[in-house]
Amino acid sequence: MNSPQLKKQHAHYLNELKIEKRIVFTWQLFILIAFFSLWELAGRLSWVDPLLFSYPSKIGELFLIKLLDGSLVVHTTVTLLETVAGFILGTALGTLFAAGLWWSQKASKIADPYLVVLNSMPKVALGPIIIVALGPGYLSIIAMGASISIIITTLVVYHAFHTVEPNFVKVIRSFGGNKKQTFLEAILPASFPAIISTLKVNVGLSWVGVIVGEFLVSKKGLGYMIIYGFQVFNFTLVLLSLVMIAIFSSIMYVIVEWIERKLIRN
Amino acid sequence: MSFLHLDAITHVYFTKESAKVAISDLTFHIDEGEFVSLLGPSGCGKSTVLSLISGLQSPTSGTITLQNKAITAPTEQVGYMLQQDYLFPWKTIEENCLLGLKLTDQITTENKEKTLGFLEEMGLGDVKNAYPNQLSGGMRQRVALVRTLATQPDLLLLDEPFSALDYQTKLKLENLVSSILKTRKKTALLVTHDIGEAIAMSDRVILLSKRPGKLAKIFEIPEHLRELTPFEARNNPDFGNHFQSIWEELESHE
Repeated sequence: MNSPQLKKQHAHYLNELKIEKRIVFTWQLFILIAFFSLWELAGRLSWVDPLLFSYPSKIGELFLIKLLDGSLVVHTTVTLLETVAGFILGTALGTLFAAGLWWSQKASKIADPYLVVLNSMPKVALGPIIIVALGPGYLSIIAMGASISIIITTLVVYHAFHTVEPNFVKVIRSFGGNKKQTFLEAILPASFPAIISTLKVNVGLSWVGVIVGEFLVSKKGLGYMIIYGFQVFNFTLVLLSLVMIAIFSSIMYVIVEWIERKLIRN
Repeated sequence: MSFLHLDAITHVYFTKESAKVAISDLTFHIDEGEFVSLLGPSGCGKSTVLSLISGLQSPTSGTITLQNKAITAPTEQVGYMLQQDYLFPWKTIEENCLLGLKLTDQITTENKEKTLGFLEEMGLGDVKNAYPNQLSGGMRQRVALVRTLATQPDLLLLDEPFSALDYQTKLKLENLVSSILKTRKKTALLVTHDIGEAIAMSDRVILLSKRPGKLAKIFEIPEHLRELTPFEARNNPDFGNHFQSIWEELESHE
């Protein structure tokens, strides 16, 4: 990298990368603007039924109204807290179950058919039972957010524990390390990438659980806003909730990605 | 009684389809400070022998004693070096080296300094904060050696530790390992399928026959070859003769 010729070529290469990046971003921006302008136009000119599909400026107006009367902040905060709690609970419990299964091979053999059944069962169908058992409140909704991701987390993380390079375990054992040390020094850190990738899936799943839970029981939250909007035929309200969900689930996903970069440097 | 003694060891692997005898009636001993190689065709149960001595597995029948004590589980007295380094990629070089001390609850300032000093001695002092994936294969295997020696084992088990390296690195590492073990007066058992490596590094070569692994013959390496470094030994005129006789013996067991 000392000859001016080489430097020039490198600068050219960097420039090409920059141009490529700019083109991609321009397209993304274009699609975003085109989508919303088309939607606005279609709504205002009644190409589609504005009662059903509303249009962006109307949603924006409602956003301001709901923001100023404070209700939007309440609904969003409630749902967000429920989702984060469900997400953390589901992932942590799933990982804990996986650790238990790893600890006892016999337990994992015995549990196998039950896990398959639980995994293939639609967890939201448990909703009514959970609500009756835990009462019609936050607890039920958090439980639904967690229940939807817990079994799949158990299965994926257990599989990751099981496929850790056996020679890492051999190294620990050759030093006389016990089972707990094997788990903490080799199995768990070697499985971090798999655990993080289940986190990414669980972000989406917890939202499903919480929103369905709110459909069923709550008096607050974005899921409640959707159901309320549906009942009074205010689809602008429904769409506003959807926009809020899209924004906050994306933010959660970005945070998980950030954690991934921090945690897995190597 | 000798330092390490294997008495009538037989080991059988059970699978659903069959029961395979990996080692059959194997008896040999190693004296303190000796460097012995276990040589044989692939699938003769060489690695199984190491696994049994390390205490990771128990033999189906027979006994293994180290300094007159039967081996039943992994002990600190035995250090085990695997075919590849298997350094933990999420730990720094320093953390990797201190793993054995951490597991055996021996992390003291003195032990730590000793290990880091050893790392320095191996020419790896300036990479102690690096991660394994930033190091070359030869460097990684040297780190693995430091990790194994950090707990100061009396007996070192080497399971083809040079086989995954390129030829030049392998020759250099042979010299290094040989001189380190000699100065520290460690007893070592090397498993290899490389006749040249066995002659160049050992005091004795134990030849195993094909499955099931049985003792075929023991070759004594003469004094004047033992005193040389592995690299010099390879270039000694006598080296060829020993190579030839072991080669012929190995062929007769194919």
